[in-house]
Amino acid sequence: MCIADAIVGVSFGAITVSSGLPLWLPMLLSVFVFAGAAQFMFVGIIASGGNPIAAVVAGLLVNARHVPFGFAVGDLLGTGWKRMAGSHLMIDESVAFALGQPDRARRRAAYWSCGIGLFVCWNLGVVVGAFGGTAVHDTDVFGLDAAFPAVLLALLLPSLRDKATRRAALTGVLIALATATFLPAGLPVLLALVGVLTVIRRTSPADRETVAAS
Amino acid sequence: MITAPTLVIATLVLGIGTFAYRMVGPLLRTKVTLSPRMENLMAVSAVVLLAALVATSALIDGHEFAGFARPAGMAIGGLLAWRRAPFVLIVVAAAATAAGLRLLGVP
Repeated sequence: MCIADAIVGVSFGAITVSSGLPLWLPMLLSVFVFAGAAQFMFVGIIASGGNPIAAVVAGLLVNARHVPFGFAVGDLLGTGWKRMAGSHLMIDESVAFALGQPDRARRRAAYWSCGIGLFVCWNLGVVVGAFGGTAVHDTDVFGLDAAFPAVLLALLLPSLRDKATRRAALTGVLIALATATFLPAGLPVLLALVGVLTVIRRTSPADRETVAAS
Repeated sequence: MITAPTLVIATLVLGIGTFAYRMVGPLLRTKVTLSPRMENLMAVSAVVLLAALVATSALIDGHEFAGFARPAGMAIGGLLAWRRAPFVLIVVAAAATAAGLRLLGVP
């Protein structure tokens, strides 16, 4: 997975620099923000001539998912400086990989190893991509834009084995796709949370009885 | 063109805001005890957001359909993931599929 993310990092660095932005920008973003989707969003808006405030707002909207992430994996982080460091390693991959593990000890190990490994690989990949991007003009030729969604999908598959989760995700996807054509970038993904309602409705009276019995 | 200091400030604001988001869960979960049902909801929320991100980043570019090559690449990657292929193979196959289709003239 580390190499896979490094390749996505290369694609991020290359796409950013080849769209005319300074060489240091992808590297600074990758160290300080360390959230691939928000970084792609931020750069996408700036590169297409958008306002930097809009780029920050869109990035923050995309990153709002880290609040529920934090509740889902918060018990794996420890306290004090470990919690600070662990929080910065909270990314889609480390969360998805940890949640896919069967017990808490393995979740903790998965979270930290994945988080640290990916921080290193991601940033190395971005440096390579940024320098490579000064030479390449059209990164789509290499299909680099397909790498990011493919990695995320691969990470999600284990969590989608659960039927209720799958239904919620599918509902969310349909909502996001339907609204993405007219809402500002970032909002459709947040609106997908409406899909979670399918789980809430499912755990009403009848299901609660089964939970209590099991 | 946006100046360098503006880009640095924008990056730092995004970084600090993101870090604040990341700290909310770990800090609050020690003070607020969530029921198992709430924890399950949070886990499902995360999966839903990621799935939406996968779909929109594969299919939408700006406000438009992103073309066939990108989602096709993602689908091949997903198929390989389902067959438990290694991550490197998944990402390389996804990029190669998209690149190959574009070479053949598919948008």
